[in-house]
Amino acid sequence: MNKSIISIQDLRKVYHVGKVDIEALRGVDLEVPAGQFLSIVGPSGSGKSTLFHIIGGLTPPTSGTVRVADQDLAALTDSGRTNLRKKSVGFVFQKFNLLPNLTAADNIAVAKHISGTANGNDQEFEKVLELLGISRRLNHKPSSLSGGEQQRVAIARAIVNRPAILLADEPTGNLDTENSQAVLTLLRDLNNRLGQTILMITHNPEAATFGDRTVHMRDGRVSV
Amino acid sequence: MISKLVIENVKHRPMRSMLSILLIGVPVTLILTLVGLSQGIIEESAKRSRGVGADIIVRAPGTSMLSFSGAPLPEELVPMLAKWPHVKLATGTMNHGAGGLLEIVTGIDVDAFNKMSGGFTFLEGHTFERPDDIVIDQYYARQRKVHAGDTTELLNRPWHVAGVVAPGKLSRIFLPIKILQDLTANRNRISQVYLKVDDPKNIPLVVSSLKSKLGDEYPIMPMEQLISLTSVDNVPGLRPFINVIVGIAVIIAFAVVCLSMYMAVLQRTREIGILKSLGASKWFILQIILAEALFLGFGGTALGILLSFATRALLAVFVPASLPQAIVPEWWPIAGLIAVGAALLGGLYPGLTAARQDPIEALAYE
Ligand SMILES: Nc1ncnc2c1ncn2[C@@H]1O[C@H](COP(=O)(O)OP(=O)(O)O)[C@@H](O)[C@H]1O
Ligand SMILES: [Mg+2]
Repeated sequence: MNKSIISIQDLRKVYHVGKVDIEALRGVDLEVPAGQFLSIVGPSGSGKSTLFHIIGGLTPPTSGTVRVADQDLAALTDSGRTNLRKKSVGFVFQKFNLLPNLTAADNIAVAKHISGTANGNDQEFEKVLELLGISRRLNHKPSSLSGGEQQRVAIARAIVNRPAILLADEPTGNLDTENSQAVLTLLRDLNNRLGQTILMITHNPEAATFGDRTVHMRDGRVSV
Repeated sequence: MISKLVIENVKHRPMRSMLSILLIGVPVTLILTLVGLSQGIIEESAKRSRGVGADIIVRAPGTSMLSFSGAPLPEELVPMLAKWPHVKLATGTMNHGAGGLLEIVTGIDVDAFNKMSGGFTFLEGHTFERPDDIVIDQYYARQRKVHAGDTTELLNRPWHVAGVVAPGKLSRIFLPIKILQDLTANRNRISQVYLKVDDPKNIPLVVSSLKSKLGDEYPIMPMEQLISLTSVDNVPGLRPFINVIVGIAVIIAFAVVCLSMYMAVLQRTREIGILKSLGASKWFILQIILAEALFLGFGGTALGILLSFATRALLAVFVPASLPQAIVPEWWPIAGLIAVGAALLGGLYPGLTAARQDPIEALAYE
């Protein structure tokens, strides 16, 4: 078996909202080999985003084993998770989530600065920007970029620090068909050319076919 | 990078930023104006004391060197002191508070006073001629908006402004001493005697011989000593007053920054979530908020300093005689430290709130 970059057994996540406990994940098992482009589909509320938030270190697991890029997430402290976000994962969100006051270039530079790898010019990354087709839009603020352009900037920002894993939560959810197609093709390309491990949540079965493999989530569990 | 984030944030909400800077600037101005006023009043009074041209001052037992009113000394003291060894000139004057803000009328023996001080420089009009003549200095004339030949009300009666003189000699409002004594029922009584000695080297000698003759209870001192005594700490109540104002200023600056940064943090909840998703540490988030608070603090200091020039200009127009305001650059760093310190403190709570925010909730924030 290929070496898993993500290895999850019996993962559970309970949210406490007031006196009510919400079981968002009820025993997830998942193995993702390095270099795979995995699509995750499933109805709303089935726990897809929660799974990403745990893999990406935004919130700790309630129970179960989660290994991401050779780290045991159950054992990580708050600052350990901060480090995971800084070095090992990159997020792409449905709502793009660019910093509105900064230009596209500065949005990417912030991520670099935070990771502490703000070295001069990066030839390889210049090519990635070419690939993403945003080289000429870098001096614009998000408000003057189209949705498709904003999402491509967000992707650039997510991978600028060469994370082991790219987590894309409904990256085409706010895009029209044409832009969706462009972004999906891009992700496909990044996976092919750079060997980037990608996990993508999507509602759209057609979008899911861009991945190497598709898993389904329902009621807080993964079914194949 | 942090400075870029901060500057873009400040630019993005220009109204909030400007208001915060203005509100921090106001207490800075308050401090600088107050300090400038005390300093200005003290410098002004020192200048006028020097303008008398005396070497030694003699006051009555039991009176403070800095009291402004009352005439407890007998007038016969003047000729007696004039004959003292090494004393060249002696002249008695009488002070009387005219009721207004720091308005003091001084009764002088015109001939002796002129001899000691070198005489007035008349900018308008002339010296006393009529029984209702009064002489005032330029600042007081400006404050009262009167010129030579006009009539002005003082001590409940009209006076004819005989002359307007250059400022810097003892007082701003002058009457012949006899007239002031009669008016205030202080016939043959004076407030103090000014002495000029033959050689400055003899000042200590004269002071000690006067003390041994008149008694130690007489406040007798060289003019330079009197002038050096005139400080913020010697004006009763001024130091506590300054402290209270500085305290209020600190509280205002603190509250303003705290509120402003708290608003900023709320408005930027989502952005903080984004930064956290990129791996920003708590310290990084705190730094951004504190850096912005620091920026507001410095901006407020600069604005406050500018505004203190404006208050000086305003005071110079409306009350040039009573409230001369000095610009005291030594206090700029102090006021700045207070503003910046209050700003940092005010930014601390919102900054910690931001740093502790749950990234998932922050990202979901609309
Ligand atoms: N931060 C949270 N606090 C409380 N409940 C949450 C939180 N995030 C998600 N949930 C709940 O967990 C369940 C799964 O949500 P989510 O992971 O967002 O599903 P999906 O992304 O598949 O739509 C839902 O019932 C949702 O209401
Ligand atoms: Mg979701």
